[in-house]
Amino acid sequence: MSMVIERETAAVTKVVLELEVANHAGVMSHICGLFARRAFNVEGILCMPLADASRSRIWLLVFEDERLEQMIKQVEKLEDVISVVRHGAEHAVFERLETFFR
Amino acid sequence: MMQMTGAELILRLLERQGIETVCGIPGGAILPFYDALGQCDTIHHVLARHEQGGGFMAQGMARVSGKPEVCLASSGPGATNLVTAIADAKLDSIPMVAITGQVPLGMIGTDAFQEVDTYGMTIPLTKHNFLVRDANDLLEVIPEAFRIAMSGRPGPVLVDVPKDVQCQMVSFEDYPPVAVPNALPEVDLLAIEKAAEMINASERPVLYLGGGVIHSGASHLAVTLAEQGGLPTTMTLMALGTMPIDHPLSIGMLGMHGARYTNYVLEEADLLICVGARFDDRAIGKAAEFCPRAKIIHVDIDPAELHKIKTAHVGITGDVTQVIEALLPLVQVKLREPWLAQVADLKQRFPLAKPDLDNPRSHYGLVQAVADALDDEAVIATDVGQHQMWVAQAYPFRRPRQWLTSGGLGTMGFGLPTAIGAALAAPERTVVCFTGDGSLKMNIQEMATLAEEALNVKIVLMNNNSLGLVYQQQSMFYGKRPVASKYKRAVNFLKIAEGFGLDAVDLDTAENPAATLAEALQRPGPCLIHCSIDREEFVYPMVPPGAANTEMIG
Ligand SMILES: Cc1ncc(C[n+]2csc(CCOP(=O)(O)OP(=O)(O)O)c2C)c(N)n1
Repeated sequence: MSMVIERETAAVTKVVLELEVANHAGVMSHICGLFARRAFNVEGILCMPLADASRSRIWLLVFEDERLEQMIKQVEKLEDVISVVRHGAEHAVFERLETFFR
Repeated sequence: MMQMTGAELILRLLERQGIETVCGIPGGAILPFYDALGQCDTIHHVLARHEQGGGFMAQGMARVSGKPEVCLASSGPGATNLVTAIADAKLDSIPMVAITGQVPLGMIGTDAFQEVDTYGMTIPLTKHNFLVRDANDLLEVIPEAFRIAMSGRPGPVLVDVPKDVQCQMVSFEDYPPVAVPNALPEVDLLAIEKAAEMINASERPVLYLGGGVIHSGASHLAVTLAEQGGLPTTMTLMALGTMPIDHPLSIGMLGMHGARYTNYVLEEADLLICVGARFDDRAIGKAAEFCPRAKIIHVDIDPAELHKIKTAHVGITGDVTQVIEALLPLVQVKLREPWLAQVADLKQRFPLAKPDLDNPRSHYGLVQAVADALDDEAVIATDVGQHQMWVAQAYPFRRPRQWLTSGGLGTMGFGLPTAIGAALAAPERTVVCFTGDGSLKMNIQEMATLAEEALNVKIVLMNNNSLGLVYQQQSMFYGKRPVASKYKRAVNFLKIAEGFGLDAVDLDTAENPAATLAEALQRPGPCLIHCSIDREEFVYPMVPPGAANTEMIG
């Protein structure tokens, strides 16, 4: 398996992952570490606590590639990750956010 | 209402979890806990001489008992010293709980004396880790640590506890319940049916067992499955002992140093039933060329292992015991005469060569002589190198948890402290540690721990005065240019052992080495058994790293 994905050759399809996680210091490190180590590029990341303050929601914008399934399984294995839902790129969360980056 | 310090609370929770022995080294940031430990007479503390040694002792206990065991270290250098043993436990899926002291909460992040970010440092090495910021959280964190360590695929969990949290008073009504493993995942019966159909329809199936079979306690079931389905069975390095090596269906260990016939049988297989193994590169060689003719059934408790290296035709997430129990009623009794005859023919034509087997001063002969002097109750640990592979190839393993080796991380220095841990967990057994002169020096200080605990551990040192496996690789793949693999001076290990207070015998000078060896193994208590081994003896066959398993040399 090749680990470094060239931007040009990577599939252009984007995927939005919606994670529900336990809300405490360290969760982000656990999650980001998994992606960084496999050189799996995370395009965008967003994290906010939920109404039930013991939980947070994390949104990740990633490129679809052959390793994504394995990536998701690794994320699901983390003790602090309660659920992972996969959305298409049409999901509004990052699109609306884009206005802040113009 | 109960009231106690965080340190005492940790201890009470360990007691409730059934912990009887802990291994470690004290230091400033964990002194409140050690002070509480000093007042406790239910838990025996074994003072290691290096935190890595303490970590491997906990592993040795866990590898023998199958339950999570505990090691301790102080902050900073104590925690960094522990890291290798934790990483080793992660790669071999060994349940372990490491408790480290940390600088007081208010000093975290100030580069305080002996402060390192133990939590951050151990994220990628642990199954999970905790930094406890309030002693009340211990009521939840300690049972959680045990639950996580032993649930599903086992692994190491680290709990980092700042010094002031250890001293903080906690009041509570009741202790939390004793942690138990999570309920097992439900078995997918459709997938089981599909798998059984594939087994029944296949003509040349091979059963491929991994360490998960041992973790699940499913060795007997795996043997029953093999017998019922007429399945030739190969084992990974981690799974040695699941099927007795002299069982007619055993085709021994596969992979880089497997016998030629084993790898050839896999080449012919039309179905591979992988149970609790993970297609590690040392076992399967070049992934694309492994079992080229076979469909794959893969059973693992960790869903992330399915389709990770090889795409399975049927992937079953589940506990090995439950999966085999569900499979057995559906698997037809088969004799598979043509296939087993073909396997027998390959075995006869390409067996494992074990030259000089009756000479107890040769590499295979020494392994054989140790086996001859012991029964199957003994525990066999190794370090890492040629000696490890010779033992894996030649020792007649016949029961699960008989064999303790560092498979995934391949850590030199594993052997002696792990053997000590094994003897702590099973004091009635003889524990042998096969080691090399390079590996032994990596945790040689634990000879002091061994002498102090007076355990029944026999260190069998195969001394080639070199980093043998490195020397072998350089000889075979780097134009015979040995670099930094031959020692220029020899060490007198007999004197060293005596200096630490161990009994020592030298097979080099023994008149009757087999008798000297047998006597030393039978005499209770710790002993170093020294034997020189020719540096030019290599481990064969060998699959060059990155090559297909059929491209064996030797
Ligand atoms: C901690 C560690 N450092 C380096 C290595 C790389 N390595 C693998 S085998 C080996 C040589 C082992 O020598 P020895 O223990 O004497 O065993 P032998 O191969 O001679 O039997 C080395 C350096 C390792 N596995 N572990």
